[in-house]
Amino acid sequence: MTDVSAPAASSSPGDSPPAVLEAIGLTKRFGALLANDHVSLAIRAGETHALLGENGAGKSTLVKMMCGLIQADSGELRFDGTPVTFPDPAASRARGVGVVFQHFALFDALTVVENVALGLPAHESLPALAARIEACVHRYGLAVEPYRRVGQLSVGERQRVEIVRCLLGDPRVLILDEPTSVLTPDESENLFRTVDLLTAEGRAVLFISHKLDEVRRLCQRATVLRGGKFIAEVDPRRESAASLARLMVGAEVPRTPRTVTHELGEPRLLVRNLTLKGDGSRGSALHDIELEIRAGEIVGIAGVAGNGQTALFEALSGERLGGDPEAIVINRVPAGALGPTERRALKAGFVPEERLGHAAAPDMRLSDNVLLTTHGDGRIVRHGIVSQSALHARFAEIVKRFDVRFGGRDPKARRLSGGNLQKFVIGREVLREPVLLVVDQPTWGVDAAAAAFIRTTLRSRAAEGCAVLVISQDLDELLEFTDRIAVMSEGRLTRPVPVEETSREAIGLAMGGALAPAPEDADAA
Amino acid sequence: MLDAAMVGAVLASVVAAASTLLIASLGELVAERAGTLNLGVEGMMIVGAAVGYATGYSSGSLLLGTLAAVLAGTALSLVFATLAIWLAANQVASGLATTILGLGLAGLIGAPFVGTRLDAAPELQVPGLTDLPLLGEALFGQNAFVYASLALLALVSWGLARTRAGLVIRAVGESHAAAHALGHPVRRIRTLAVMFGGACAGLAGAHLSLAYTPFWASDMTSGRGWIALALVVFSAWKPLWLLAGAYLFGAVSILQLHVQGFGFGIPPQLLSALPYLATVVALVLISALKRGQGAPASLGVPFVPDR
Repeated sequence: MTDVSAPAASSSPGDSPPAVLEAIGLTKRFGALLANDHVSLAIRAGETHALLGENGAGKSTLVKMMCGLIQADSGELRFDGTPVTFPDPAASRARGVGVVFQHFALFDALTVVENVALGLPAHESLPALAARIEACVHRYGLAVEPYRRVGQLSVGERQRVEIVRCLLGDPRVLILDEPTSVLTPDESENLFRTVDLLTAEGRAVLFISHKLDEVRRLCQRATVLRGGKFIAEVDPRRESAASLARLMVGAEVPRTPRTVTHELGEPRLLVRNLTLKGDGSRGSALHDIELEIRAGEIVGIAGVAGNGQTALFEALSGERLGGDPEAIVINRVPAGALGPTERRALKAGFVPEERLGHAAAPDMRLSDNVLLTTHGDGRIVRHGIVSQSALHARFAEIVKRFDVRFGGRDPKARRLSGGNLQKFVIGREVLREPVLLVVDQPTWGVDAAAAAFIRTTLRSRAAEGCAVLVISQDLDELLEFTDRIAVMSEGRLTRPVPVEETSREAIGLAMGGALAPAPEDADAA
Repeated sequence: MLDAAMVGAVLASVVAAASTLLIASLGELVAERAGTLNLGVEGMMIVGAAVGYATGYSSGSLLLGTLAAVLAGTALSLVFATLAIWLAANQVASGLATTILGLGLAGLIGAPFVGTRLDAAPELQVPGLTDLPLLGEALFGQNAFVYASLALLALVSWGLARTRAGLVIRAVGESHAAAHALGHPVRRIRTLAVMFGGACAGLAGAHLSLAYTPFWASDMTSGRGWIALALVVFSAWKPLWLLAGAYLFGAVSILQLHVQGFGFGIPPQLLSALPYLATVVALVLISALKRGQGAPASLGVPFVPDR
């Protein structure tokens, strides 16, 4: 068993450095959901403290309370041992608490220096501020150009802007919310060096993550949350990834079995020389995409968010047209000029990244949401009339076979948890019996059990002869259950290579833009 | 037919007509850059015109009338701000309601003054310059409202681009969530921006009823508030482009009067509709060319802070 020590309510004696920011018994309830239940946490000077937990464990709620973005129902915050309240984020910042959120609080239309100025109270001229930014950039190795427009920056650069903005406020506590989820392995390594520099200066860092290897590499202390409750405070350097995972999930983490090799069928998706121009603000460009997926296999596309994955998904699903009609061939039919419904009629299924608002209409009932992708199949809608009995039979089948759990008989989509809604959306597509299934971020924000269920579902669908394309930012997931992996970087796609012939390192390199698909031979040599 | 004195007079009236639009649209531009779409411009403008005229007529002081108009426009903008910002009501519906309320209030306030007349605000003369041919009267023979509109333009474009307040306004309009996370009081900033818009609309109304057409009629704004709203889109939310847009529409509305005067056999109703037709055409062209670029990203989205 893991050593489970009690939460330190105040600075513990002995070798622990003093706590800078402490949460003591914080509780927060949102409606029926107890998001945080008496959670305690002490961030200490000169230490990097990990906050570990699955999606939905209450990490974000805790952080928001610690920086004044939301107010706790009960419990106490202490700064340097004295009780404080942070009525708003400005109050916490004034005390020296800086936060870099997962979804950056940046203004796309403004320049870097303008963005930074907005986060600082001081009335400082922009040129003077730009000079301070340059100094900070040099000191901590954060490459950022002050006068570029934030809308033009990559995700990694945006994160550095956020960090610089925090650091210019000279914070004593820096909170990083899932900072590496948007970074390449190389960029993550740079971030770790910056964090080490910061703690060496005596600052306290709270590092929120669910990536266990990183936590063990970087952090001296880790607090684990599960279901809104404090589970343990441990020294991650003395734990194994498996023991930390057990604490996070509360059970052994199931692994998706990779099916034994089976005969691959004919190509279900052929993409040849697909090139799309970016349209500036939203869609990014695609360059010469080449891809073939055959019946029975799962191909994964890895890459850091914002490198054209969304554009590729929209080009495949028919939401974005404009390429050569022959560039996309679904089930032997040129589909490049067809819209989504016509492509679904070729027995293709699509699951977009954004569940609420893209895959499902938030304020429509689940049964009505079934119709969104099944209306053209000829079974539920005939001659323009919805057969209620067929619709409800399909709805009941999805719920039963894919273990979708919710309250009430037929709630609105927005009332479902992320994992249950994702199971619903995937079930809706799978029951259409597609021969090609394209899934963007299948398990993003989904709890471990539901994620394992979804991966198993996709795996068995492939075994039944479906071609599956999975776009994911979670490299571990792709390595676990896909057959071949390609990497997307700046709108280009590498040639997919079999999983057993590649490595984390090779994929990581390609994610950073080293385009040569580097299979194992480089390592073996 | 076209002697220099007449062209000079036409140009001067174009500038005068454009100033109303410029003042009102500058105010709306600031409100929209902060993220709030206030469709109540027409209502705030007509209330400004009515209150300005009533006060100016009763007190005999144009300055008092102007101040009262500005305050009245601001007061009506607060009604909108309360609904749309603090109660997070739909901005379009709240704005339309504000316009309808303003039209009704103005009719009520102005009723006793129907048929009266007032001495128009005097034109300021610059010795020597005003008598220059062609542009002399247009540039140096206008009333204080016209010069105020240009001063306001300078203030707004400089303020938005170069001051911290302007930066905060742009930030709030771009992403209210991010601005809130940084500790900027989003709703207070938006309220102030809307109040500025109301003050400007009131001032534009005062220009109408105290200087441009110094009497009171219940329909005297005749859609200028709506044109001001369209101008903001036309300008792609950039103050300097408002100048071009306002003068273009000012020119169209004056020229159609003169064309009517010459009587080319074109139905006068069609000519009167020209400024509005021009608005529609300009908006279609703009959206075809620019696809709504430059719009503040949070425009029209109510902000509700987390619990």
